[in-house]
Amino acid sequence: MSITMRDAFGQALTELHNDPRIIVLDADLGKATRAINFKKVCPERFLDMGIAEQDMIGTAAGLAICGKIPFATTFAVFATGRAFEQIRNSVAYPKLNVKIAATHAGITVGYDGGSHQSVVDIALMRSLPNMVILQPADAIETKQAIYASIEYYGPVYIRLSRIATPVIHDPNYKFKIGKAEVLRKGKDVAIIATGIMVSKALEAADKLQAEGIKATVVNVPTIKPLDREVIIKVAQETGKVVTAEEHSVIGGLGSAVCEVLAEEMPTKTKMLGIQDRFGCSGSPDELLKHFKLTVEDIVNAAKY
Amino acid sequence: MDLLEFRKITQQIRVNIIEMVAAAGTGHPGGSLSIVDILTVLYFDKMRLRVEEPKWEERDRFILSKGHAAPGLYAVLAERGFFPKKTLMTLRKFNSILQGHPDMKNTPGVDMSSGSLGQGLSVANGMALSGKLDAKDYRVYVMVGDGEIQEGQIWEAIMTAAHYKLDNVTMFVDHNGLQINGPNDRVMGIKPIKEKLLAFGWYVMEIDGHTMQEISEAIDKAKMLKGKPTAIIAKTVKGKGVSFMENQVDWHGVAPNQEQKHQAIAELEGTL
Repeated sequence: MSITMRDAFGQALTELHNDPRIIVLDADLGKATRAINFKKVCPERFLDMGIAEQDMIGTAAGLAICGKIPFATTFAVFATGRAFEQIRNSVAYPKLNVKIAATHAGITVGYDGGSHQSVVDIALMRSLPNMVILQPADAIETKQAIYASIEYYGPVYIRLSRIATPVIHDPNYKFKIGKAEVLRKGKDVAIIATGIMVSKALEAADKLQAEGIKATVVNVPTIKPLDREVIIKVAQETGKVVTAEEHSVIGGLGSAVCEVLAEEMPTKTKMLGIQDRFGCSGSPDELLKHFKLTVEDIVNAAKY
Repeated sequence: MDLLEFRKITQQIRVNIIEMVAAAGTGHPGGSLSIVDILTVLYFDKMRLRVEEPKWEERDRFILSKGHAAPGLYAVLAERGFFPKKTLMTLRKFNSILQGHPDMKNTPGVDMSSGSLGQGLSVANGMALSGKLDAKDYRVYVMVGDGEIQEGQIWEAIMTAAHYKLDNVTMFVDHNGLQINGPNDRVMGIKPIKEKLLAFGWYVMEIDGHTMQEISEAIDKAKMLKGKPTAIIAKTVKGKGVSFMENQVDWHGVAPNQEQKHQAIAELEGTL
């Protein structure tokens, strides 16, 4: 079964509409992000901000100061890029309770092309003190991440993809901010993945198993704060790490993992991700192949 | 507050600004001196607040969007009793609650962190929207600089305030005509401010930003105006009250030395 994270996001917001603290702000992309679903059940707490991301973030900051839990929603490229300095100074610096929920992350935006493909947003958000970064792997985890972000007080960046991803979690799954999830245990290599790459990592582990290579697969839904303990442990157990993400290898999950390992457990690591390039138009599958983010690419990387 | 009282308070606040910036050896005296009179009317007369409970939910809010005028805000807050006046002498020093630019996490009475220009009105709108949603009657005041309105985000927020009919928002434009590189007109023309704001759907008033009665009446009138936000364009003098600083662009971000400090304080104390 495959459900898109943005649909799960729209559903989660809709289910939570009775919480009077929740306000949804939209920069004219609510139909695509699914934030518009909230408007249908709760028009009074849905705020059209127009095509003005900087103002949207600032408005969210003011709402948060007054006790609201604002979800500022738009595409990842605009949320983190266009409004970066507003996020820095009006949200992260005063540590306000603003949730930035961005869809259309990564290259699988597809046909819209490089202008719309967000490949550096994790790097931008990781660099900000006080910022928590969540990137769920499927629809169930998306909903859980939304719930967890509400329980947590402070700025959270929630990074969601546009395309449908296989559901890998049980409906009773409980998400905890800051915890990585070991989905499979193996002694030969640890594949550490986030977002849409997690289900691909599981598939890759199956293929490796057929070749006699036993892989650990780790899902990292909280990119910041990173679960250092699990990262160190799986590196120690396997001595060989592969990271996989739909984001630049500069400043994303791979960088974060390498930062921990370099200090704590130097381990040879292969980073799968966008290799310091912008995206381009094409179908999601074409682009994943072009940027070497397929199951086969993970299998090959695990065999280096 | 009568006129004599107003003059005493504003004189003391101006002296404090000079002393604190001189003690820091760094800071922005010009734009701090230009906003003193407006802030004094707000904090000593018009705003609903509780000094002993700075985060009181029903309070009126104030955002100093032109955050570099922090010494002006700090001096007013200290004079009003939010923290001891001796704290002013720690301005910009390591471990001080008085950061170089306003920091809501550190300073009692500061409602929003600011400093990066152009962001305060958006935040004010968020506070005002929250108040409307909760049927609360607090008001939100925001002070922007005239140079600051060159920032694009300000105009996004001006649209938002009008769109959502935020009549609980009052924006002061501290119109002293100067910014770092010189007169606004020469750096990047912003005129006509009034007509632009009217075209964006705001009520607009123009006042002398140093006259107690005009400031006071404008604030009262803004409270009565419904269905739209109000902008009060306050004609001010950068460096107001200190002869050698007045209308001098070079006093935007320079601290007075000891001699200049003594001269400035002597002048201020002689005006009463």
